[in-house]
Order: sequence, then C-alpha cells, then structure tokens
Amino acid sequence: MIPGSFDYHRPNSVREAVGLLTKLGEEARVLAGGHSLIPMMKMRMASPEHLIDLSAIGDLKGISIERDTIKIGAMTTQYELIHSDILTKHLPIIAETSLVIADPQIRYKGTFGGNVANGDPGNDMPALMQCLNASYELTGPGGARQVAARDFYQGAYFTALEADEILTAVLIPVPHSGHGYAYEKLKRKIGDYATAAAAVIVTMSGGKCTSASIGLTNVSDTPLWAEEASATLVGSSLDKATVDRAVAAAEAITDPASDMRGPAEYRTKMAGIMMRRALERAASRAKG
Amino acid sequence: MSKSHIQLTINGKKVEALVEPRTLLIHFLREQQMLTGTHIGCDTGHCGACTVEVDDMSVKSCMTFAVQANGANITTIEGMANPDGTLSALQEGFRMMHGLQCGYCTPGMILRAHRLLQENSNPTEDEIRHGIAGNLCRCTGYVNIVKAIQYAAAKINGTPFQEAAE
Repeated sequence: MIPGSFDYHRPNSVREAVGLLTKLGEEARVLAGGHSLIPMMKMRMASPEHLIDLSAIGDLKGISIERDTIKIGAMTTQYELIHSDILTKHLPIIAETSLVIADPQIRYKGTFGGNVANGDPGNDMPALMQCLNASYELTGPGGARQVAARDFYQGAYFTALEADEILTAVLIPVPHSGHGYAYEKLKRKIGDYATAAAAVIVTMSGGKCTSASIGLTNVSDTPLWAEEASATLVGSSLDKATVDRAVAAAEAITDPASDMRGPAEYRTKMAGIMMRRALERAASRAKG
Repeated sequence: MSKSHIQLTINGKKVEALVEPRTLLIHFLREQQMLTGTHIGCDTGHCGACTVEVDDMSVKSCMTFAVQANGANITTIEGMANPDGTLSALQEGFRMMHGLQCGYCTPGMILRAHRLLQENSNPTEDEIRHGIAGNLCRCTGYVNIVKAIQYAAAKINGTPFQEAAE
C-alpha cells in the first residue's frame, strides 16, 4: 500500500511549524510518530498534500517537574514515558498505561502528544489525562493557550484543537504522594485498542477514601471522566455497596458502539469490570 | 511534489539518495537499496516482519517514510552477521534452536531480539515474550524463538545455556 503524494517539511521550531500550518491551511497535517496517520494515508483514508514532521523540534521533547506540575513535551515517545525517572517516582500510572499501548516497536515511535491530540476514542492516554485533570498546551499563531483534557474532546476525531494550532505539551498536576493508581485494559490481543479500559487514582486516609478520580477509555465517542462515580466513592471505605453504586454510575455514562470487540451492552459491562479491578488495585497501592 | 535528498547510514555504509516523500522506508530498503532481507508481511504495522533498527530503536519500516530516516543510522538483517561473516549469536541461536520454519518473520524477529538484548542482556522468558510481542510468527508457536533468544543471551554473556524444561 502506497500513500498519495505529499510535500514533506521538517521545521526546527514550533514557531516555524505553526507558520507552515497557517500558510498551508487545511491541506497540511502535522506528523508526530506517524503510527496512526501513516496507516490512514496508506489506506487513502487521509491524503494530506503537506506533512509537517515535528521530530526535529527539540522544544517538544522531554519531561520536567516544577512545583506540583509535571510537563511532558508532545513529542516525548511512549518508550521515553516508560523509562522516565520523574514519572516512575511521581506518576507511575503513566508507564503502566504506556505499557498496554500497541507493541514495543510502536512505543519507540508513538508519541504522547499524538496519542492525546488525535481524538481517536480508542487511544488510552486521553481518559487517563481526564482522570488526572491534565491540561493541554495548544500553540497557534497568536501564542499558547491551555485547555483542560476534560473539555478537549468533542467527538470521535473532533477536538478543541484549531486547524492552525499544534498540541505542544501536556501539564499534569502531581497527585498526592501516597496515592493509589491503576490502569486496567481489556483487549483481545497485544496491540489492540481497548474493548473497555479504566484509569483510577485514589487517596486514602484512615481507611476512608479522601479523593477519587476515574477515566474510561473507548466506551463512547470521547474519553469519559466518570465524575459522579468518582464523587460516590469519596468518604466511603470502598465497601461493596458503595463500589457497586459507583460502578453503576460509571456504566450509566457509557455509550459504546457495537463492533468486532463486542456488542454495546457487553462493552458497558466490561467498562464497569475494568473500573472495579482498577479501583481494587489502586486502593491496595494507596498509602494511608 | 518534489523529491527529497536524504543521507543515512545503512549497515555501516553511507548512503545518499533521492526519494519521493511518500516512499516508505521498507520500499526504499528493498527496492532502491536492494536489501531484500527485510520482509513486508501485513503492511499494516501489526506483524513486525519489516522491523529494522533505526538509531537504537526497533522500528516497523512499513510505518515510516524514508525521509523520516534522513540522518539516521539503520541496521537490517544484512548487517547482523559478525564482521568476519560468521553468524552472530542471535543468528546462531535461531539456527541451533530451530527458531524458524518458513523463515518469513525471522529477519524482523532477529532485529527486534537484537535491540531487546542490547537493552536487557539477561532477560527472563516473560521479558522475552513481552519484548517480541510486536512480532508475529505463524509457524513455530514461539517456543523455539524464545529458546533461540535465550541461547543468544547465554552466548553473549558467556554463561551456559540451559534449555528450559517443556
């Protein structure tokens, strides 16, 4: 399979990349790892006339921590997320999630920014970013602005990103140091998108849940932040009756498609089961 | 649509070429460089038969444009043997442990296993299986491929190779 013809650009700065995007208009696409876009181009489901490769822009790489916020450059690869000392120490759920994305080869090339910006409901990082209440830095001709991950996704492949903007970084508030975490993903095989998946962060104190946040992957046109389910857990001891109510609240906001991964009803139930398993594991990891 | 001039190193040799931006790395290697050891399997990024090494990364060359590899250092199966032409530890392992039947996945398996052993010279069976999770083999059932990689790891580390019990 051979993609349609295009012109290739490799700018050295964000400013230059945004300039190209503005000048070339709708016929241009940015290229990050390429492992979502290139397959689409090979199948001729995408035929951009210009590709703007972001790989030479050093500013888009790297992971840093400043006070209570972790900043991850958009072109940081999944492999780099998995091997980051900062993330291992402060935010291990990122590596746990990266490790169930695609396969080793794709994780060398696939980027964090591409995963969150693409708007594919099958991608795993968006629900995790909603769970963590992350913000995306979007840079356009007028400068940078921030949009919360919880407000970014509008539909499958539709996001708050404007045509002349590039998602340049993700900002994540560092959770409480004793937090428990887990990402549970049901998939048919290595490399598959989720039938359903759940990200859970909890903090515990004296046997009581003091905060909880839950994100759900691939059970709607967009990632889902299960706000009511999260709130249901707070103040409880995570007893079975409370967890049952929270799971029901999470299942109620899902709206999955029936597809080769199973009928909609099954995928809704699997979202509940992934949430239940993630919550159990997160609670067992929480200190306090 | 103008062609792009690229410079890269393939198996230790400097190469310059003009490529259409849409030329995939696998097509560049096989059809312009005549390095046909790397195979096209599924052509959709799933099977790993097209795996090559690009700047210390295992990369699926059917999912990458040749222009993206401008300036890169690439190793293919043609560059895996020892400088004196004898088989590398991995190649020997695949031969001794019958790690191939039809051989179609083998170049990708060996390139991926090479990077795995560079990063983890003494992997457990579980780490090997997860490490080659992006490479499909439809013949062997993977058992002998895992043994081949264990054989190579032992040889590289100078430790005795003990075949795992069935």
